[in-house]
Amino acid sequence: MSKILKNQIFIPIAALLLLAVFNLIMDPSFFKITLGYNSAGDPVLSGYLMTILDYGSELAILAIGMTLVTAASGGQDISVGAAIAISGSVVLRVLCGRDHHAETMQAPIIVAFLISCVVAMIFGAFNGTLVAFFKIQPMVATLILFTAGRSIAAWINNNELPIVNEVRFSYFGGFIPGIPIPTPFFIAAACVIVIFLVLKFTNLGLYTQTVGINENASRLNGLNPEFIKFLAFVILGLCVAVAALIKVSRLSTINYSVIAKDIEMDAILAVALGGNALSGGKFNMTASILGAYVIQFLTTTLYKFNVPADALPAYKAVVVILLVVFSAPVVRDFISAQWKRLTKKGVTENA
Amino acid sequence: MKENAILEMKAIDKVFPGVLALQGVDFTLCAGEIHALMGENGAGKSTLIKVLTGVYSKDGGQIYLKGYDKPVIIRSPQEAQKMGISTVYQEITLCPNLSVAENMYIGRGEGVRVNWKKINEKADAILKSLDIPAKATQQLSSCSIAVQQMVAIARAVDMDCKVLILDEPTSSLDEQEVAKLFKLMRDLKERGVGIIFVTHFLDQVYEVCDKITVLRDGRLVGEYEIKDLPRVQLVSKMLGKELDDLSDISGEHKKFQAEPNTPPVFEAVGLQSDAGIKPFDFYIQKGEVNGFTGLLGSGRSECVRAIFGADRVLGGTVKKDGNAIKIAKPIDAMRNGIGYLPEDRKVDGIVGELSVRENIILALQVLKGFFKPFSRAEAARFADEYIKLLDIKTASADTPIKSLSGGNQQKVILARWLLTHPEYLILDEPTRGIDVGTKVDIQKLVLKLASEGMSITFISSETDEMLRTCSRMVVMRDRAVVGELTDDDLTQGKIMSTIAGGEKKDE
Repeated sequence: MSKILKNQIFIPIAALLLLAVFNLIMDPSFFKITLGYNSAGDPVLSGYLMTILDYGSELAILAIGMTLVTAASGGQDISVGAAIAISGSVVLRVLCGRDHHAETMQAPIIVAFLISCVVAMIFGAFNGTLVAFFKIQPMVATLILFTAGRSIAAWINNNELPIVNEVRFSYFGGFIPGIPIPTPFFIAAACVIVIFLVLKFTNLGLYTQTVGINENASRLNGLNPEFIKFLAFVILGLCVAVAALIKVSRLSTINYSVIAKDIEMDAILAVALGGNALSGGKFNMTASILGAYVIQFLTTTLYKFNVPADALPAYKAVVVILLVVFSAPVVRDFISAQWKRLTKKGVTENA
Repeated sequence: MKENAILEMKAIDKVFPGVLALQGVDFTLCAGEIHALMGENGAGKSTLIKVLTGVYSKDGGQIYLKGYDKPVIIRSPQEAQKMGISTVYQEITLCPNLSVAENMYIGRGEGVRVNWKKINEKADAILKSLDIPAKATQQLSSCSIAVQQMVAIARAVDMDCKVLILDEPTSSLDEQEVAKLFKLMRDLKERGVGIIFVTHFLDQVYEVCDKITVLRDGRLVGEYEIKDLPRVQLVSKMLGKELDDLSDISGEHKKFQAEPNTPPVFEAVGLQSDAGIKPFDFYIQKGEVNGFTGLLGSGRSECVRAIFGADRVLGGTVKKDGNAIKIAKPIDAMRNGIGYLPEDRKVDGIVGELSVRENIILALQVLKGFFKPFSRAEAARFADEYIKLLDIKTASADTPIKSLSGGNQQKVILARWLLTHPEYLILDEPTRGIDVGTKVDIQKLVLKLASEGMSITFISSETDEMLRTCSRMVVMRDRAVVGELTDDDLTQGKIMSTIAGGEKKDE
């Protein structure tokens, strides 16, 4: 039992089960999934679980990068939402060209996406440079882009709202004809596979953790801690570009001040909920990704109970406090000690 | 309780996952006694102290304190302090940027309104009565480490402590400072304070202590009067075996001396770094063990750090087999076959939360490259091989290194560098803060590696340790190399006089 408690993956799973049981008791219809047809006549699955799968995937993609940034730098990037606005804006700008209501796309989607990747990675590199080379606290460093990002996003499109009318573009945030599961899930799955391959076939995990735990030691063992931190921010930039593609594809347009608002907080929470120390060091990628889906589970549950969007953060905060307190090492040690005492007592009573 | 005893710990048990850290340990401390707690790393000294100070909760046994008729339960260090048990740790736990008086009275519930004038007077009185050379209003960081430690003791004394625990207080002090500290300890003893003294320095035990309690592998070996337990006996009790190793090792070292005219493997000319050392020349031959000696702060570590590229190199050249090589950062040195075990294991060496396995393979893995991680099986094989070779005591290769004892952590770092099979290994204070048994192991290992052709630079604060291992010693004073001693000049006296400046450089 204490072994299970000590396992990092336990926290997000326990939270998930708790939320599932809560919903099961309150209203089992939460778990209902129906097969229907959308306006184009393609089969789509719908239901709350599908919503979680759909929107949780954006978060999972961001959680990958946020986990690495947290582990390497011991801080968080709060400019993720603003960076998504920039990156999404770039995608639309490239697709629409000069005419912001273009009937046909002016460039292939892949080109638009790749350009937005480069842009997002440049902004990630900007954050990474401030943190790694200028030794600025990550939250302070990324505050710059957090403040300026949405204006930059609007400026990229001259503050106009470009609209992409092609159906193909909506596949990324919606459904591919014939496949009833939301595309973001597949995109997230691809990202997860990629990061796990990277973690398996390179030393990214070992190096990042070493730098996060003991920067001095990492340097004396031949690592370049500045570069590792820098790299983490660039990878997060790439994650941002992927999430941005999904975001703009959902609407086929962009709202500079609202798109991906507060998403950085959810991404950071996903990392925390995965039991990863926000002060950096050791991390568990699986736990972070699970954490992302749990956060979305929570959000969706709250929506279902008609919590108004404005009040959502307050409710979320309460649940998050409970989860984070429960996942704190102090509390977990206490619980496992209590458990040990209980079982010990049981044993002596039996004997 | 025994007559005159102020503290009795009876049958103390403490269990950590997979390890019985303490099994039925008894410990008795009398008033006005300095009691040494001895044992190898992992013997359970720290655990016993932590149980006593409430850092750990015990899993069995009782603690009796004078003045309490029932066994006491100590839940936190604060409670321990209230009961009169104070601890002064190896690392100073005071605030360097506050004044001496502030440090003595901080966090002691003096209320909101503080009369600093009165407190300063009180502090001065205590400092004076204990003969501590510090002023109440002086900033703590302006005092030497020894005085800072004494201030920590003064704080404990003023809190009316009956039991004072000194955990390795002397490891960063020089000889005069140690003497001052001992005087203070004797004063306190006169006042009836019971002192528990944890140290690795045998000389010091025999200088100040009255009694010795020896622990081994979490069990009590015995309690002895100091006069009944000669040094050799003590060491053999700590190690659990008869020990002639210490005398063995000293006779051997001449054998491994390099041939006189072999060219150096590594050579530094006019090397200078930003750590404030004067440019220095240095060389090492194949299979040679040499050392840097000098007082603390004389620049020993800075020299080897410059060779390894750990500090920013400002000038000079490093040559390998006669060819100039460029070492700008540690990875360059590593690629040229240099390994460096840093002085401060906690700050520069261990990667605390990572496992023993990951800590062992780290340097070799970095050398191998980002895109070529070792498979789990390979890493496990390396780790197991070195855990066995160096006799590292750990529950498993998956255990986080920070939960190992100091000596075993040091062995892991040593394993990390041995795994890279360096041509030249720099060991900066490899034996600091670790027990006698491991010290001997490390010294023997150094000689063995040298006999196999590895060049080694060995730095230690303990001169006799260096005399046993090094065939050539570079002497430093005030951040400059002031001399080099070989052969017959390698004596304690000659080294002392060179450090002190009695001898001029040969040229």
